[in-house]
Amino acid sequence: MREYWRWPEYRRTVPDVNWREGKIITAGVDVGSVSSKAVIMVDGELFAYSIMRTGSSSPDSAQRAMDWALEGTGMKLEDIQYIIGTGYGRVNVPFATRTITEIACHARGANYMWGPTVRTVMDMGGQDCKAIRCDHRGKVTAFLMNDKCAAGTGRGMEVFADLLAVPIEEVGELSFQVDEEPEPVSSTCVVFAKSEAIGLLRKGWPKEKVLAAYCSAMAKRIYELLARIGVEEDFVITGGIAKNIGVVRRLERELGIKALPINPKYDPMIAGGIGAALFAKALVEKGKREKR
Amino acid sequence: MPTLLKEEREVITAGIDVGAKTVKVVILKDGQILSRAKVLVGFDQRTSAEGAFDEALRLAGLSSEEIEHVTATGVGRKEVPFAETDITEVGAAAKGATFLFPSARTIIDVGAEEGRAVKCDETGKIKDFAINEKCAAGAGAFVEAMSRALEIKLEEMGEISLLSKKAVPMNAQCTVFAESEVVSLIHAKTPKEDIARAIHDAIASRIASMVRRVGVEREVALIGGVAKNIGFVDSLRRSLGVDLLVPDEPEFVCALGAALVAREER
Repeated sequence: MREYWRWPEYRRTVPDVNWREGKIITAGVDVGSVSSKAVIMVDGELFAYSIMRTGSSSPDSAQRAMDWALEGTGMKLEDIQYIIGTGYGRVNVPFATRTITEIACHARGANYMWGPTVRTVMDMGGQDCKAIRCDHRGKVTAFLMNDKCAAGTGRGMEVFADLLAVPIEEVGELSFQVDEEPEPVSSTCVVFAKSEAIGLLRKGWPKEKVLAAYCSAMAKRIYELLARIGVEEDFVITGGIAKNIGVVRRLERELGIKALPINPKYDPMIAGGIGAALFAKALVEKGKREKR
Repeated sequence: MPTLLKEEREVITAGIDVGAKTVKVVILKDGQILSRAKVLVGFDQRTSAEGAFDEALRLAGLSSEEIEHVTATGVGRKEVPFAETDITEVGAAAKGATFLFPSARTIIDVGAEEGRAVKCDETGKIKDFAINEKCAAGAGAFVEAMSRALEIKLEEMGEISLLSKKAVPMNAQCTVFAESEVVSLIHAKTPKEDIARAIHDAIASRIASMVRRVGVEREVALIGGVAKNIGFVDSLRRSLGVDLLVPDEPEFVCALGAALVAREER
């Protein structure tokens, strides 16, 4: 049976970075509840990363993500001077020197990926969502998070991709193939929303329309979280849902504000890992200063 | 059951409870239950309501003309064209439970997609209530989803969980997240009975906090389909620290309450 929720796992090495000439090599490992990301940076430049599904064991997932990021680069784990673990499973990164919360890492990562004008980061992850306000240095000034309920998270979207037999990467595009925008799914709870969707399909709704109704419900839910903390521009979205334009466009419509477009150099899922690797670099530099 | 006044003899009424998952019908004569019927809610609530009603009539050996008054309750109570009146689930729960247990002051009703706590006085009048209809984690849907993840039949969940000797904590509140947690527990070779108990403890703690919002006044009655799950009953008893009155056919109590209301409203 095809698993429609299964998003593509991949790794990437940035061309033209000669790590052997680098002075400071650091890494951030972001073990989320759904995906694990390992990011390697050389002198504060993105060098390689991997994004994969988190398995039943966090330490294994961290190890596999790290191994995969290193694969084919000639770099070994020992070559990395400092590794920071972050995310839901951050305490389970055996080879990390220390951990930093994913809130701090996402803000720091977004600051790097989009620049110092970023003031609001919406991280839409697999099992939680966080609205983060930050300053020009990427330092967190306030945040709100929902980690109790699947509504508004990637897991909720996976449930719908499965239900409607639509590959998860295609959900966003398909959700716009409707004559007019339907009312959002009314149930907040993903379990009840699923029953509601089954009812709509029985009524003869095409699946594109059901997807539109769910994307819009999710956007509304995220909007409510953001409205509580307030949105200041520049606004950016990180996490896997950032790639789902069905949710992103509808959220922008609710907010009346556009998110900065995804920078093709950086996958929005690795913001936390980048932030962690940058914190690691800062700690290496601090260590060197103290030694002197 | 309490006896009724002489002039109320020979009155036949019906209560129909159109729930999220099943439709329940009770036909009542002289305070005695003549028949009960239950059908799954299928394609639409109306057809299911008619099906359950016909089945209850057949079991009682009656025709629909012999029913003096029909009162509907449940989430689909407006979808019953042959009902003369309707009553809220809270009202029906209080009516039915206090008829069976006159000493009940707190009634907990846990259905497939909703949970309710009702506080009432000695006459069955409602003093306060709390409802969860927003989140599957505080309703039968939670246990159902978990039994699927655990690959144990829903009807067997209760007995299996009572075999547990060890309380395992469940961190996830959300049904969707709890499914993944159950799968992780299975991978970690946690005994199924311990997982089953963890599931019942989890839903019981959520129901208990809802009940505490209205206050726990004894006696406490537990009704609704989930009350058939002895593992859940045990967990809720421990969580609330009080004994629970559980009727034989807990999922028919709201339909019974509606049938009693039908008698008053005819």
